[in-house]
Parts: sequence; C-alpha cells; structure tokens
Amino acid sequence: MSTLIKFTIDGVECMAEAGTYIVEAARENGIYIPTLCNIRGVKPRGSCRICSVKVNGRPMTSCTTPVADGMEIENNTPEINDIRKAIIEALFVEGNHFCPACEKSGCCELQALAYRFKMMVPRFPYNFPRKEVDASSPKLIKDHNRCILCKRCIRAIKTEDGKNVFAFVKRGRNVRIIMDPVLGEQMSDELAQKAVEICPVGALLPREKGYQTPIGKRKYDLEPIGSDIEKK
Amino acid sequence: MAMQLENIIEKYNKDKTRLMDILIDVQSEEGYISEDAIKKIAGELDISLADVKQTMSFYHFFSDKPTGKYTVYLNDSVVAYMMGRQKVKEAFEKETGIKFGEVTPDGLIGLFDTSCIGMNDQEPAALINGKVFTDLTPFRVKEIIQDIRDGKNIEEMYRSDLGEGENRNELVRSVVRNNIRRIGPVLSKDYIPGRVIKEKLTSMTPEEVIHEIKKSNIRGRGGAGFPTGLKWEFCRKAKGEKKYIFCNADEGEPGTFKDRVILTERPKLLFEGMVIAGYAVGATEGIVYIRYEYMYLKKYLESILQGARDRNLLGKNIGGIEGFNFDIRLQFGAGAYVCGEESALIESAEGKRGEPRDRPPFPVEKGYLDQPTVVNNVETLCSAVKILLNGGEWYTTLGTANSTGTKVLSISGDCRYPGVYEVEWGFSVKDILEMTGADQEDVQAVQVGGPSGTLIGPKEFNRLLCYHDLATGGSLIIIGKQHNLLKDIVTNFTQFFINESCGSCSTCRNITFQMKEKLEKILDGKGIEKDIDDLVEWGKILKVSRCGLGQTSANPIVTSIRNFRHLYDELVAGDKDFESEFDLSEAVKASCDATGRIPVLN
Repeated sequence: MSTLIKFTIDGVECMAEAGTYIVEAARENGIYIPTLCNIRGVKPRGSCRICSVKVNGRPMTSCTTPVADGMEIENNTPEINDIRKAIIEALFVEGNHFCPACEKSGCCELQALAYRFKMMVPRFPYNFPRKEVDASSPKLIKDHNRCILCKRCIRAIKTEDGKNVFAFVKRGRNVRIIMDPVLGEQMSDELAQKAVEICPVGALLPREKGYQTPIGKRKYDLEPIGSDIEKK
Repeated sequence: MAMQLENIIEKYNKDKTRLMDILIDVQSEEGYISEDAIKKIAGELDISLADVKQTMSFYHFFSDKPTGKYTVYLNDSVVAYMMGRQKVKEAFEKETGIKFGEVTPDGLIGLFDTSCIGMNDQEPAALINGKVFTDLTPFRVKEIIQDIRDGKNIEEMYRSDLGEGENRNELVRSVVRNNIRRIGPVLSKDYIPGRVIKEKLTSMTPEEVIHEIKKSNIRGRGGAGFPTGLKWEFCRKAKGEKKYIFCNADEGEPGTFKDRVILTERPKLLFEGMVIAGYAVGATEGIVYIRYEYMYLKKYLESILQGARDRNLLGKNIGGIEGFNFDIRLQFGAGAYVCGEESALIESAEGKRGEPRDRPPFPVEKGYLDQPTVVNNVETLCSAVKILLNGGEWYTTLGTANSTGTKVLSISGDCRYPGVYEVEWGFSVKDILEMTGADQEDVQAVQVGGPSGTLIGPKEFNRLLCYHDLATGGSLIIIGKQHNLLKDIVTNFTQFFINESCGSCSTCRNITFQMKEKLEKILDGKGIEKDIDDLVEWGKILKVSRCGLGQTSANPIVTSIRNFRHLYDELVAGDKDFESEFDLSEAVKASCDATGRIPVLN
C-alpha cells in the first residue's frame, strides 16, 4: 500500500511515497542531494553530514530522515552549500589525499564532490597526520590516509551469518577502521570486491589489480557527480 | 583467570547486549582486557573480534594493557585546575617518577588523566581503584604514594573522616561530602519511601498519572527540557512487546555533580519515580545508567533495590496493584560523556559503542532493544514522585510561569560555598552569586550549563535561570578574575569536547579540532582579525552534527567571542590581514642544527 505525499524542496513541489528517505525522494523528483556515507539499500547512518538539509528550518540529514506530508526542505542554498563545502574541505585536511597518485582518482566520490563544490584551497590548514597503509590482509589493502570514516564498509560488509567484518575502534579523532583478523582472512573474493566497490574513496583497494580503467575514462571523468540524477 | 572469565560471561547468560557488564567485570578483575580475553568473549558471545574491540576501545576506563595495581585517574576539568590541579599532578609525577599516561616499571602505579568525575565541589580529586580521593594537595599526594608503596589498601589511605550522610554507609565508605546547601522538594528529607506508590498509584490509572505530570508542566532536567508528561504519553501510546524506563545518571557535563548527591542521599525517591514512570507508560523494566565514576555507590544502590523488592515496592504486583510488575537494574558506563545523550546511552546499555542514533525514530518509539523507551534524568524522576504526592497544580506554584518547579544546581568554582542547591526556576545569576558567597567584585564570568552552555560576563548577571532565558542542566561554574578566561577555561572546555567526541560525525570529529587549533594560534599571538570571524563562522558548521555534543562543542569559543570579544581583539594584530602562523626560524631549525649554521632571518 503506497501513500503519495507532497512536500517542497527549495520551493519546488515534489511527491513521493510516505516514509521514503528525503535523499531518495529528492532523487525520484530529479533533485540531487550530495551524499558520501549513504549507500542505497543499506541502513543509513548520517556520518558524513554532507546531505544535511533544513527541514522546516531545522538541520537534518536527508539520508536518515523520512519525508512527511507538507515538509518544506531547503537544499540548494548558499548557506547549506557552504557547510557542505566545509565538510569536504575538512575531510581533505583530516587525511592525506594525493589525487594524482590515487588509484581511485576519477571514481572517487570525495574528489568528485570537491569538484562539484568548486573546492580550491581548503579553509582549514592541512593536518598531515601520520597514518598507516595496512597490507596485512590477503584480500585487501587498507590505506588509512584516504579513509574518510564514512562507515560504508562497516554497514555493508557482513558475513553470511551477519557478523561484522569491519569496525570502528577508539573514538573522536582517533577513530579508525579495523578489519576482523579472522573474518577478514576468510572473506570471499566477492565480498572483498564489494568492499572495494562501496568504498567512496581509495581506502580499500584490491590486491594485485589496478588502473584497469584508464584515467580520463573513469566514472566522474565523463560527467560530474549528481548529473545523472539531475538529467532525469 | 580463564575460569573467572567463563564465570563472568556465564553470569550475563552469554548475552551480547551485556558486553559492557562483561568488559567492566574483566577490567576490574584483571586490571585490563587482554587479547586472549577479547578472543574468548567474542567466541562465547558469537560476535566478531572486531565487535568486541569496537565497544571496548570506545570507553575511557577500558584498557588493553595493565593500568597498574593502583590506578590513579586524576580529574582534569576546569575547576580542578582552578583549585590547584597542576601542582597535584606534578607531585604525582615527582613521587612516582613517571608521567601521566604511564605505569611504573614494577606495575604498581598507573597515572591517568580523566574528564570531570563529578567532584567539582571538592577538587582537586582523583579516583584510585574506583574510590574517590578529594581535596588533594601535593602533601596528600606524597602520603598517598607512600601508602601505596607500603601496600596499604584503599581505605587505609584515607586521612579524613568519611563524608556525611550515606557516604558513611557501610556499603559506601567514602570521603566524598554531599555539600547540600539548599533543599527543596527533591533534596528534602521530608519523604516517606513507597508512600506515593501505596497511597496514590493504587487509586490512579496510568492515564491519570500522565495527566498529573502534564499538569505540572515539568520539563526534562537533563538540559534539553522536553516536557516529561508528553514523553511518557508518547511511550505509553507506542506499540511494543515490552517497554523500558531508563534513568540517565550519566551526568558528565563538567561542573555537574547533583546526581551524585541524589544517588547518595535520595536513591529511594529516584527508584520510586522510576516505578511511577513504569506504571504510567506500561513498562516492566527500569534501568539506571550510571557513570563509571560513581561505581563506589554500586553495592549501596543494589542493597536499596533489594530492600525495595523485599517491601514489594519492586517486583510483582507492586504495592498490591494487580498485574503491575516492574524491576530495576543498574547499568554502569565506562567513561564516555557522549553516553549522557539518550540514544547513545541506549546504545551503550546494549553493549555497543556510545554513538548517538539518528532520529527519528525517537527512543519513545524505538529505544532499548528497539522497544519503546523513556529516558529521564535522575532529577526529573525524583520530582515526579513529589508531583504525584502534592499534585501537578502544586508544582506550578513553584518557579516561573513557563519553567515550573525547582532545579538542583551544581555550583562550583570561585565561591565560598560550592555545592548542591535546589532553587526554584527564575533565580538570576546575581542571586546565585550572592547565595553562594561569591565575591562579586572578583567574578569575571560564569559558565552556565557547563561547557555546552553559555559563558556570560557581569553585564548579563541579571539574566534568569529558566527555560526561556538561561536553560541549564544545572552546572554553574563561577570564574574569578585571577584566571585567564581563554587559556584556562575556553581551551580546556574545547579540548574536553575533542576528547569526548564519538567521532562518528565528520563535523564534530574535525571542526572542533580545527577551531581549537585556530584558538591556539590566536593565543600564541599569531592571530589576525579574520581568525576571530572564522571561528564564529566555523561554529555554524557544527550545527549540522547529529547530537547535542557536536552541536554545542563550539559554544565555549563562540559564546566567549560573543561576550568577551575584547579578550580576543587584544590578542590579534589589528593592522595585519595576512596569515601569520608560519614561523621561519622554527621551520629551518632542524636543518640549521644539523649543519651548524646560524640563519639570518631578517
């Protein structure tokens, strides 16, 4: 049973099924709301905060908030876009992102968003943290320099009996992703491949494979992030 | 050890939602949680190793290596510094020969910093093997370390009488003082345990209870101020197999300690409040989530719960009300301020990292174990008992029209009588200063509502404590003129938020840190006017964070700029408009040292 409800995004009348998350509802109406930690079909977590919109004047993450009848949503406003840009900049300075040398360049959602939001020089000074590259797993290379702590791998990669393969350890600025030593080793090739694919940046990479698609022909080399939604 | 571990896991029925309890028991038995223990726990609970580690590594009081036979956690809150913490810390380091964060080579003593332990009225204070030591001085530190070396047990190390009231209880035996300075409906001794259950609840329907609470207009006392009656009603109407009442006794806001006093002196009132809430919403289980720092009250609180069971104030058919079954258990935290946020608290109680949840859904619909859950502050639940006893109408005669009732304040800092004061809403900050014997000529600022609140100066001392002016969870820190407001207070508070961020939101993880770096740049005399404006702007980014911690973590900086802008202006070079943080001599120092050359920099 579906109930269509009405709401507005930046004054534009939209319709969607009640209970749809705002980000999906916007997509169905041809409106792009940038996301980074969100993965379609997996329970959202609202970690990156990039999809923040104002719902009836209050900041909410559109990946976790269901639409309701009569909602007035602000999305593409200078205020919100500047916050999004600041979030992207902060993610850049928090890690060590050297795009030209990164396997994920051109397919990287962080990079694509930085282009979309016209990031030039981050407003925050670079932190240049020392982070490790962990190649101990037989299936994956884990590069903490590039990890933006979006939790996609934690939420999407589970064993057949539902156990977590990835997890956050510590807290605050010390958080990092760990892979369960046992389950990480037992991971199937398919699951490892899925982990690589869902990572929005180049933090999870396959072993012994790389640069299969030449630079220049990669996903966001061809069209900017979000344009597929806006074309509809 | 292996046997003990098995017993611990068995004690909690191999239930993975009780992971916190298991880890707390292992930590307290072994002094740390070893890799072997982690493996064993993961195996027995049938969860991944990574799962155990993600919970364990989140909490300050869990450690993966030994923390010493005697583990000292010295509070590093602002008021501790105001009361001489630095000298105490130095004395600990001098007497032990180690730095904070280390353990002596013989494994005897470990020294660690810790966030506010709820003893601001008797600082500097420390937890040593879970027992509280207050009013520390370098002299006392010398004695303590000598006593440790002499192998004394914790109680043999006390040099003062036990504190007053229930601090003297055989099950508590603590030197902590209550410092109750002003009483009202919550703190008054005029209370007969169980009376409201037996005389009122028995003749009221749950709806009537909710109606009475609504009539009183009481709002949540934790700080957010949500109407309590409404919360209970939402939960009553929510569908679920089982409903829960949580008491949030995780007071971690630096400067607040009133729940410590209520838990010590009025636990029966609190538990009766939980029973009332349980009756009103149709819950069968109550859980008191208590911060780890108050572990010294555990045995005592458990004995009170047992007493209530024995007198039919908990358990089956409570007070003779047919079919009304409700019991309470204690759930301890393990050192995480963010767990005071209600959904983080629920996550923690489920054995997970204390990361706040995304809302909606709200706990009243989907809370503990996904069931409808009410989370109320200690003080709210206590007040509910008095509201039922005297009527909602009576409650509205206390306080102001919009903020009814009383508030228990934790007042500390530069005043003659730090302690706990129960006042009606509507007191001005000036009243507070007079009441506590602060020298008003000498007060430069008051921090209202702890670090997440507001820093105000004398011009605003006429403002009122109430929900529509200065809303507060009850922490007031009085700051004398001898302190450097930005260096001693604002920096410490901002660092506190950095330490206590769960790290889930990119904003809270990053922006607070960036703001502190910029603040330090200004304090180093390298700031420009634009840096101050940047701080104000960056503070706005934090407003899109998920929880109250992230949303308010810029408050120390932003409210101090708003109310003490001149302190910032004095530090920046007014005539410069370029970035000035680059230090050439520092940048070339290493190479100059290596080559032996002396640079000509000008």
